[in-house]
Amino acid sequence: MAETMKLEIFRYRPEKEKEPSFQTYKVPFREDWVVLDAINHIKDEIDGTLSYRWSCQMGVCGSCGIMINNVPKLSCAAFLKDYYPDKIRIEPLTGFPVERDLIFEMDDFMTKLTEIQPYIIRKESEEKPLEEGEYLQSPAELAHYKQYSMCINCMLCYAACPVYALDSTFIGPAAIALGQRYNMDSRDQGRDARQEVIASHDGIWECTFVGECSVVCPKDVDPAAAIQRAKVSSTVDWFKDILIPWGKKK
Amino acid sequence: MSVYHRPVSNIWWLKRKPYILFMIRELTSVFVAGYCIFLLVLVYKLTQGADAYGNFMVALKLPSSVALHLISLAFVLYHTITWFNLTPKILVLYRGEERIHQGLVAGTFYAVWAVISFMVVWLVLGV
Ligand code: SF4
Ligand code: FES
Repeated sequence: MAETMKLEIFRYRPEKEKEPSFQTYKVPFREDWVVLDAINHIKDEIDGTLSYRWSCQMGVCGSCGIMINNVPKLSCAAFLKDYYPDKIRIEPLTGFPVERDLIFEMDDFMTKLTEIQPYIIRKESEEKPLEEGEYLQSPAELAHYKQYSMCINCMLCYAACPVYALDSTFIGPAAIALGQRYNMDSRDQGRDARQEVIASHDGIWECTFVGECSVVCPKDVDPAAAIQRAKVSSTVDWFKDILIPWGKKK
Repeated sequence: MSVYHRPVSNIWWLKRKPYILFMIRELTSVFVAGYCIFLLVLVYKLTQGADAYGNFMVALKLPSSVALHLISLAFVLYHTITWFNLTPKILVLYRGEERIHQGLVAGTFYAVWAVISFMVVWLVLGV
């Protein structure tokens, strides 16, 4: 008989139930299947009512994040064989309100991304006319922020962050890492504008450096490091303000 | 549409090993602070004259006091090692396009720690 595996999946159908429940499905076990393949099998062959997100199936789009046995993972990058023969427990990413089954609401994350102003900001007087061409950058300058630019907005880091789960006003790992990505870009001059969000009460100082955001990140962005480095630069700013108040640039 | 907000349990930190280790790291701060207070008390006793200081020293040799010191030592070591291991995340250095190896950053902290510890031992034991 072919080998099988059990998936225990979080179900929430707001039109017919107030509380979520778990439903167990038996799926074939295949060496080359990822968890997303098994969920797709359920959707196609067993229960078409199951709702979840996915797109690229290759760790690029960032839409397939789920909790597998309490750990945030991309379902297209987690192999069944790493869990076989045990039952797998699947839930929507922790810390987000659930809309239906594995689909959670991401509006809060989207708002935070825009608050951080994730684009190159130039001082008005220093904006070059288009005819003068692009702002050039050396490979060494690129190296300084490249890691922070690899984010695919999968939100696994938020699901790993107990601070965000307890208080969702926290700006959170990916948004702060993205802010740092622009702050450290040699072409950008928008750090002061971003500081209002990054160094605010809900920004970097909420972080207690649990560090799990960086562990679960599938793109090695290391948001925990981005946050700690932002804390160091904000502290340096504070000391500069105290020691040389007249040196404040505007 | 009604969304479902999942409650966060008070024992969330018991659910996964990394969170337990994080909580232990937070707890170790109490022992670090406790030892700082102990050092202040020690200095205070010194200012109170030889008798007060002598009595304090006798009290420190009690088995209960030695045990408490050993426990504190374990927690302070955990605190120090976990934080030293995190230093490369905060101190990101580049030589041109190359990032300076993380082990080198943490290693520098361990080396400075070893040198200072050696100096303290040398001073105390007068070897
Ligand atoms: S920082 Fe990493 S874990 Fe967080 S959203 Fe970006 S890619 Fe995902
Ligand atoms: S489906 Fe695109 S990242 Fe998993």
